Amino acid sequence: MSKYFYRKISTSLFFSILIFLFTFFQLSQAIGASEEGGSKTDFIMHHVQDAHEWHFTTIGDTHISIPLPVILYEKGHGLHFFMSSEFVDEHHNKIEKDGFYIDDHEHIKAKDESRIFYDISITKNVASLFISVILLFWVFLSVAKKYNQDPLKSPKGLQSVFEPIILFIRDDIARPNIGEHKYEKYMPYLLSIFFFIWFNNLLGLLPGAANLTGNIAVTMTLALFTFVITTFSGSKDYWKHIFNTPGVPWWLKIPIPLMPVVEFIGILTKPFSLMVRLFANITAGHIIIYSLIALIFIFESVYMGPVSVLFGLFMNMVELLVAFIQAFVFTLLSAIYFGLAVEEHEHEEHKEKLEKAPA
Amino acid sequence: MDLITPAVGLIFWQTIIFLVVLFVLGKFAWKPILGALKAREESIDEALKSAVNAKEEMANLKADNEKLLAEAKLERDKMLKDATKMGEDLKDQAKEDARLIGDKMIEEARASIENEKNDALRQIKDQVAELSLQITEKLLKKNLSDDKSQQELVKDYMKDLKLS
Repeated sequence: MSKYFYRKISTSLFFSILIFLFTFFQLSQAIGASEEGGSKTDFIMHHVQDAHEWHFTTIGDTHISIPLPVILYEKGHGLHFFMSSEFVDEHHNKIEKDGFYIDDHEHIKAKDESRIFYDISITKNVASLFISVILLFWVFLSVAKKYNQDPLKSPKGLQSVFEPIILFIRDDIARPNIGEHKYEKYMPYLLSIFFFIWFNNLLGLLPGAANLTGNIAVTMTLALFTFVITTFSGSKDYWKHIFNTPGVPWWLKIPIPLMPVVEFIGILTKPFSLMVRLFANITAGHIIIYSLIALIFIFESVYMGPVSVLFGLFMNMVELLVAFIQAFVFTLLSAIYFGLAVEEHEHEEHKEKLEKAPA
Repeated sequence: MDLITPAVGLIFWQTIIFLVVLFVLGKFAWKPILGALKAREESIDEALKSAVNAKEEMANLKADNEKLLAEAKLERDKMLKDATKMGEDLKDQAKEDARLIGDKMIEEARASIENEKNDALRQIKDQVAELSLQITEKLLKKNLSDDKSQQELVKDYMKDLKLS
């Protein structure tokens, strides 16, 4: 009894210290950023966006950051490959490399503007992406190994942490929204997207971490995956409902195809809303935490410190919740879109008739 | 504006990596996990179903046993009853038989007594006839000598004659 009690206390103490350190670290990052000059809130946008180096903090004149590889594909020239540290000299002044330089917005530009190239560098977000994928593989391959050993054994350890979530996605997201007969085909995608978003949302909350799921390019790609799968699994009924919606007066379709146009826009707004929702929620969370910290610099008062830390702590807890909710919402909406795409109305009516006939 | 402009490089990496994630996790994680979950659910269903079946079978067995017991009891009662009845019947039959045999024996005895009596009477009659003839003969012989002596003689003979 007492052993259990001590363990509980030590666990909660550990987490309290961890969360406090997170907030403190974010504060120190902000102080470092503000010392670089410029506006008092410049650091917020800097930390929310992507970068070519992984910057942790700046103490005095020393920048603590990890240089990342820059990969540029130039038409007719091939690949340029070098480290991002080559864009700055030993005094941290920006210099050119192979005729390329980094502008104030972290974009790589060519001195000669006629050069056409694509920036496929391993940026902070891409590096974070790699880390999250390694984590995902490590966690779920080890969980899968346990199931392979004995599928009938009750779950233990990591397995018992993820099994309820996997069952939740299967029984409360996929089954009711896609349908009992077709949900299995979409399970791998729904599970992958849920855990990818959730893990990255949580990783993004770590101090000094990248804001991957709050990046529009990432959410756009994820939304496009859902869009492509929805479009390719669309049944005859799905397309009929879009281009010749049943139960709508004919004058809404001919001569001006008002309904088809509205329905067609609907196809595009679905992935668009997925993209914006995830991006805005995660980025907003990050901005709020940094803004609370920025209050210290705006008020220029040391008494603001405890207030900012307390509010920042609170926001961090809220963000833990948001991390799950946004992953859940993205997965749920994806499942609903798949469900709409695979629904077959006539078939169901036909089946009902068949069932009624013998009775 | 920078915040909402998707970067080409990140889209490129995100697409490739997410496809890898889908492939690797789909093949090596979700497939075995979902398969195992399904297998476990099916085995639990199976176990529950078989438990219900076993319970039903037990109940059936118990009912069968009770039925058998009741039948056996009934059979025993019937057998006991039959045996008692048979015993009584046998007793009655024996009594009846004994009575019949006795009656018959008495009848036979009576008949044989009658026959003996008739025989005896006939023999007596024959002897009486013979004696009468002898007496007559002797009387006839004595008559020829004297009367008195004749009567004495008849008396004498009559003494000898015993109606036995």
